[in-house]
Amino acid sequence: MRTIQTEVLIVGGGATGTGVARDCAMRGFKTVLVESRDLAHGTTGRYHGLLHSGGRYVVKDPKAAAECIEENRILRRIMPHCLEDTGGFFVVTPYDDPEFVPKFLEGCRHAEVPVETVPIAEMLRQEPLLNKEISHCFRVPDGSADSFMATELNAESSRQYGASILNYHHVMNLIRRGDQVVGALCHDLVQDEQVAIYADLTVNAAGAWAGKIAATADILVKLLPGKGTMVAISHRAVNTVINRCKMPSDGDIIVPIHTVSVLGTTDVQVTDPDHFAIEPWEVQLMLDEADKLIPGASEMRILRAWAGVRPLFQETVTTDSRDVTRAYALLDHAPRDGVDGVITITGGKWTTYRMMAEATTDKVCQKLDSPRPCRTHLESLPGAERGYHHLGARLKRLEEERSYGQLVCECELVTIEDVHHSISEGNARTVDDIRRDVRLGMGPCQGGFCTYRAVGILHEVKKLENSASNAALRDFLRERWKGLRPILWGRQLKQARLDELIFLNLLNVEQLPGPPATRLQPTMYDEPSTTGGSAAPSEREEAGK
Amino acid sequence: MNPVELSLQNCIKCNICVTACPVAAVTDLFPGPKYEGPQAARFRGSDQPMPDSSVDYCSGCRVCNMVCPTGVKIAEINAKARGGMVAAGAVSARQRLRNNLLARSADLGRLAQPVAPIANAILNNRLVRIVTESVLGIAREAPLPSFSRLRFSKWFHGRPKTVSAKRQVVFFHGCSTEYYEPRVGQAAVAVLEANGIEVIVPPQGCCGLPLLSNGEFDAARDYHASNISSLLAYAKQGIPIIGTSTSCTLTLKEEAPELLDYYGEDAQLLAAHTYDFHEYLLELLEQGELLMPRRPIPLTLAYHAPCQYRAHRIGRPSLEIMGLIPELNIIESQAACCGIAGTYGYKREKYQIGMDVGRPLFEFVNSVGGSVAVCDSETCRWQITHATGIETVHPVELLAAAYGYTGCDRVEKAIAGS
Ligand SMILES: Cc1cc2nc3c(=O)[nH]c(=O)nc-3n(C[C@H](O)[C@H](O)[C@H](O)COP(=O)(O)OP(=O)(O)OC[C@H]3O[C@@H](n4cnc5c(N)ncnc54)[C@H](O)[C@@H]3O)c2cc1C
Ligand code: SF4
Ligand code: SF4
Repeated sequence: MRTIQTEVLIVGGGATGTGVARDCAMRGFKTVLVESRDLAHGTTGRYHGLLHSGGRYVVKDPKAAAECIEENRILRRIMPHCLEDTGGFFVVTPYDDPEFVPKFLEGCRHAEVPVETVPIAEMLRQEPLLNKEISHCFRVPDGSADSFMATELNAESSRQYGASILNYHHVMNLIRRGDQVVGALCHDLVQDEQVAIYADLTVNAAGAWAGKIAATADILVKLLPGKGTMVAISHRAVNTVINRCKMPSDGDIIVPIHTVSVLGTTDVQVTDPDHFAIEPWEVQLMLDEADKLIPGASEMRILRAWAGVRPLFQETVTTDSRDVTRAYALLDHAPRDGVDGVITITGGKWTTYRMMAEATTDKVCQKLDSPRPCRTHLESLPGAERGYHHLGARLKRLEEERSYGQLVCECELVTIEDVHHSISEGNARTVDDIRRDVRLGMGPCQGGFCTYRAVGILHEVKKLENSASNAALRDFLRERWKGLRPILWGRQLKQARLDELIFLNLLNVEQLPGPPATRLQPTMYDEPSTTGGSAAPSEREEAGK
Repeated sequence: MNPVELSLQNCIKCNICVTACPVAAVTDLFPGPKYEGPQAARFRGSDQPMPDSSVDYCSGCRVCNMVCPTGVKIAEINAKARGGMVAAGAVSARQRLRNNLLARSADLGRLAQPVAPIANAILNNRLVRIVTESVLGIAREAPLPSFSRLRFSKWFHGRPKTVSAKRQVVFFHGCSTEYYEPRVGQAAVAVLEANGIEVIVPPQGCCGLPLLSNGEFDAARDYHASNISSLLAYAKQGIPIIGTSTSCTLTLKEEAPELLDYYGEDAQLLAAHTYDFHEYLLELLEQGELLMPRRPIPLTLAYHAPCQYRAHRIGRPSLEIMGLIPELNIIESQAACCGIAGTYGYKREKYQIGMDVGRPLFEFVNSVGGSVAVCDSETCRWQITHATGIETVHPVELLAAAYGYTGCDRVEKAIAGS
């Protein structure tokens, strides 16, 4: 068994964990981060993609709204290249109560979210597909955000400040000695060995899994995982974030991000963050709601559905240990539970991850009795000089390089060089890791043509055994195809059929030698618990022909 | 979203279009239909810069549309992207000047026809061609047509009017018949009148296709709007509008509405009443109303159905009609494209691509030999003649000859030589 000694150990490689790692490393703490899978494998990589302006919360949760707009401004400064400056609309459709408008505007004023009225004609000029019956439209500084890239860059910056980021290190349990947590025992999934990591302070940043982590040290952190499902339209139906101007509820936002438009989301309590399914009614609800914003949206090609889990924290003890004024939970388990050496940070939003990391690192300084100032709001992430991302960027690059003959993933314009870079620089170990790095397999064909090419490159660069490459291929296909099952109708069904013929009939992927799956196989969703319901759109589509 | 943009969602990435595209097959400058069409379209937003000038290498031949199993309107997606580049100012002023010179065949014709012999002499002068190539970028070798001294519409209106209560058609002559090859229009009139049909030739402008395929959408819109206003009255009376130029009729039927977002009733009505010449004759044949040709034409000739014609998706009406001509043996080409694609092959940077695209066709035409070759589209005829040295005629010229009309010199010469 390997052992590692450090000052700060962070559990969880999502937005929060990598944010904390960067902040700790920048403040000069010796830092190690462990993540079960790849970075952003958790909720961070399965979210809606919205850089909140705060507009969504101005009525329901003004405090959260104020946090969002403050962080929105900071993130635009420190990581514009992870963001698209789409702007956002709040619109009143015939299904919404116009009485909400004054409350919304008052809320924006109060939370200092900049808002301006957009004439309907101008709204339609900018977004011609929006419902012509929309009566009011307001512009706010929403944007869309690439959380994979942001997480990766936080990790890279952490490394530059000396942190070590260990992915595929699964925490089996926290190591508790008496009333003290002294680190964590991990399983290195790649080497298949145990690693004990001892730390002066352990930060539990495992999102919806934080309760599970705490429980291994007999600490009760009660989290109710709330599942949210999202559905992607195959292209940019809109180029602006579209919100319904009403109390936040299900399926009321459309986010244009990279080449797709994402509809979302739902909020359904589940018992376990590792086991949940995407239900047909959720997909249906998303399409029905989308039709209210973009008439005909439900007839468009749907690429896939996915879901993430929010941790809903429920306080079980009454102490002053929780920063109750905030939209997230930062728990010091010494006063709260009588266990020292560990703190938990969970909840919040992607948009506020930096603020959460700052608060957490302030707590780290306090616990380690070494006050040091935060600088994460001042120093940009690597590459920020590139400015905002824009939709045409990849096409532009390809055109300049004339590298269109080098495409591995044709839908998302990923070149051989990108894949090589992801494997050798980004240390990608699976095709799914490559996907998160470069968007491979995330376009219309959902990996139909790029998967076997990427596995070929992985095989070559990593010098894998044939059987291991075969298993890597199966791992990825299984993951992709699970996200397709909830939306298998119409055009995407044709695509799935072609993909099935390629992989199962032509390449005989199921029968190739090697294990059926690897330890690194991404864990995703269960089978839906009900069937039917999502048949409706297919019937509609067929009838419309 | 209009039907063209919506169709990009259909792509299943099967690559069938890529294997069929004649341009992608001969040059690395063009990444191919899937890439430029449904793929790149996902990266082009209304508020985005238009970064992909490679789309300009699409010739617009529509071979891709024909083979796509899911109905993606690839060629139109490409044409719209080019239109977007022109509108965004991403095409240089010099290129636009060149493109406009090539695309404004009507204006050019009107200017040059009165001085046709001089104009032709100038245009055929090697020195002039070298200069126009280096200054304007018009390939010096490319087959510029000769202006005819006779203007088709003048000839038509100068003859005694024939009237028929039974059937009337509007003849859409297009720029090539009007200014370069009135003989095609004359043959068409001979065929129609032999069938007792009254031919009407109302004032008409260019169909706008050359402008459309050069991304000059605003100018094309003017032409299309004016054609709608002059032809609509006939469509409303149910009078068919027929044309011998397969690209003009395709533009009226489909291209202009789709590229210019003309989905209004007027454009639809006009589209519904527009027919390719032989498509119309085939209907007459099916109704038992077509006069059977009797004069034998004992020739074996190569026939190429132009891409623009295949894009009508109406089968091969010309082939069927030519099949009625006694003793005529037509051998059909299987080649994808002649490479000229309207104005494409005239451009310096694209001339060689066009010639390479057309090679299989040229080889076929040469192998069949014969004194003339047959093709429905004017620019294709010029390209075939340019590449093979074999004179080329429109199928209607053969039919007219088989009806006993002797005005088609090329056909008469061929028959005499047989
Ligand atoms: C459906 C949905 C949509 C959302 N949309 C938005 C949005 O549009 N905008 C926005 O700002 N916010 C959004 N959010 C909120 C946002 O996604 C989350 O707040 C944020 O991603 C949480 O990041 P995190 O790092 O705390 O958690 P996570 O990203 O879940 O990170 C926790 C990590 O811990 C790892 N882990 C778990 N167990 C172990 C273990 N035993 N050992 C080691 N590692 C372990 C997991 O693999 C995971 O990677 C959304 C949330 C949901 C659920
Ligand atoms: S229109 Fe012709 S040249 Fe253009 S992409 Fe299609 S097949 Fe290729
Ligand atoms: S043929 Fe059609 S479906 Fe196939 S790749 Fe080309 S555009 Fe896509």
